[in-house]
Amino acid sequence: MKVRIVNPVGRYLCRRLIQGVFIIFAIVVINFLLLQLAPGDAVEVLAGEAGVATPEYLANLRHKFGLDKPVLVQLGLYLKNIAMLDLGYSFRHNSPVLTLIVNRLGPTLILMVTAFVIALVIGTFLGVLAARWVNTWRDTVVTVFALVCYASPIFWIGLMLIIVFSIKLDWLPTSGIETVGAFNTGFDYVLDLAHHLVLPAITLALFYLAVYARMARASMLEVFQMDYVTTARMKGLREGRVVYKHVLPNALLPVLTMAGMQVSSMLGGSVIVEALFGWPGLGLLAFDSLFARDFNLLLGIFVLSSALVVVVNIIVDVLYSVLDRRIELR
Amino acid sequence: MKEFWRLYSKNIGGVLGLAFIVLVVIMAAIASLLYPTGPFTLTGSSYVQPFHDIFPLGTDSLGRDVAAGIVWGARVSLLVGFTTTLIAVFIGVVIGCLAGYFGGVTDSVLMRFTEVFQTIPSFIFGIVLVAIMSPSLYSVVIAIAVVTWPAVARLVRGEFLALRNREFVIAAVAMGMSNTRIILTQILPNTLSPIIVISSLMVATAILFEAGLSFLGLGDPNVMSWGFMIGAGRNALRTAWWNSTFPGVAILLTVLAINLIGEGLNDALNPKLRDK
Repeated sequence: MKVRIVNPVGRYLCRRLIQGVFIIFAIVVINFLLLQLAPGDAVEVLAGEAGVATPEYLANLRHKFGLDKPVLVQLGLYLKNIAMLDLGYSFRHNSPVLTLIVNRLGPTLILMVTAFVIALVIGTFLGVLAARWVNTWRDTVVTVFALVCYASPIFWIGLMLIIVFSIKLDWLPTSGIETVGAFNTGFDYVLDLAHHLVLPAITLALFYLAVYARMARASMLEVFQMDYVTTARMKGLREGRVVYKHVLPNALLPVLTMAGMQVSSMLGGSVIVEALFGWPGLGLLAFDSLFARDFNLLLGIFVLSSALVVVVNIIVDVLYSVLDRRIELR
Repeated sequence: MKEFWRLYSKNIGGVLGLAFIVLVVIMAAIASLLYPTGPFTLTGSSYVQPFHDIFPLGTDSLGRDVAAGIVWGARVSLLVGFTTTLIAVFIGVVIGCLAGYFGGVTDSVLMRFTEVFQTIPSFIFGIVLVAIMSPSLYSVVIAIAVVTWPAVARLVRGEFLALRNREFVIAAVAMGMSNTRIILTQILPNTLSPIIVISSLMVATAILFEAGLSFLGLGDPNVMSWGFMIGAGRNALRTAWWNSTFPGVAILLTVLAINLIGEGLNDALNPKLRDK
């Protein structure tokens, strides 16, 4: 039975999804190999916690968990488990890895989406501003600001913001997602959350803000050279209308592509920001599992974040081709 | 060479950046002269304020001189930055030129391989690698190199694909040159400009990456690194803000200088932008 999908977008989507599955498969295999390379295994952790470490006990546990089977068999079992979304068991937290990840996914998504929106909107706006008033003081200020944000380590900017806004000015809290012991509900909770979200989101956003600002500025300057802009000006349109209605929509496309590619980088940034601000998300979970030598959990997060990147890349590519009619989906 | 300097010096930022990096390199080189006892010695009382006493940048929780830490930390940052970039560029160039030159199945396979590495979030991958290999300078350098080579590979592949069908390559093939000779003597020298530009930016990325790893406690515990100082200073943020501030400023200025150098190199080496 041959299935023909006529819609070109649909065809492209299917092809990319199949490619995505292969990539995730490769990543899972890498994941498994990394697990094997990690010093010590789950049984040693368990035995250490139980206080019993006789060789018979260890061998017995290994047999029970299937850790004494040959590596290829273990790989096969691991792949089968992943296919059924069983990412393993975290012995430190005493719960399946998938449950832990799902519980912590919310705060990370809130943080990343907020940071992404801030970075994209303000960054693009600054870039447009710099391009419109190119080579004036506005341009210089934006360019210098972007350079500084781009060159600073994310965690250092976060610490500086904490020093200024939390410690010296006491406007914002230093860490956490809610005020401890306040037990807010409803709208109070949302307000409290937003209050705690400000510093982490801004910290994560600043670097990408700089990237988008520079990208937007370069892209706008390039579009300014195009013939249709000259035509629009000759038609007698106000400069503002030319910039925002004719130049900006076309200049935005490279920025959006770049934004899509930054998701992978932002996941790494969120690990640092969450560790810095004690934000209870996936990044902090990864950080904690790192030092607890809980490799099952760490690598579960590893696989899931890679899968997320694959999905976002596909969405961005499809979106890009839909927005720019000149691009053909191959 | 003279032409290169003339073009490069048109970019003031590039010149300033280069001057600053030269200063940093000199500072790192004479670290043992400036602070012969090393950065870990307890030379003063804890939490001495900066700008007041003999310690220009204050001391940290254990009484270690912050200025000594910064001077000695420059060695680590520069070492990690340049070594990582060398390794990553080497891997990237090899894979890129094989993929770009031979095309076909080789290209597909190598590019799928590169794609897998590019999809994995780089910082998380780096953390996992360092954690598995146990933190040390070696594992940090290897981890960062493994995570950053895909960008170089893509660039080199693109360049090789573009140059593969040019006349001088076809002529070389007709002359009977071996593939290796063509790659090394004909095509590669023409791709050096973008490789140099991306290498300079990768040094900056590597320094930031190493700082991030050290901040999280995954750096080499036996060396004083700027990221480590920032992380260690976190505990005293309310009382001793200078522990975390000054190493961060050092990182900021160094990475900024390298970025400016990269832009200067881009202006000097990229003929398309020459007339702007």
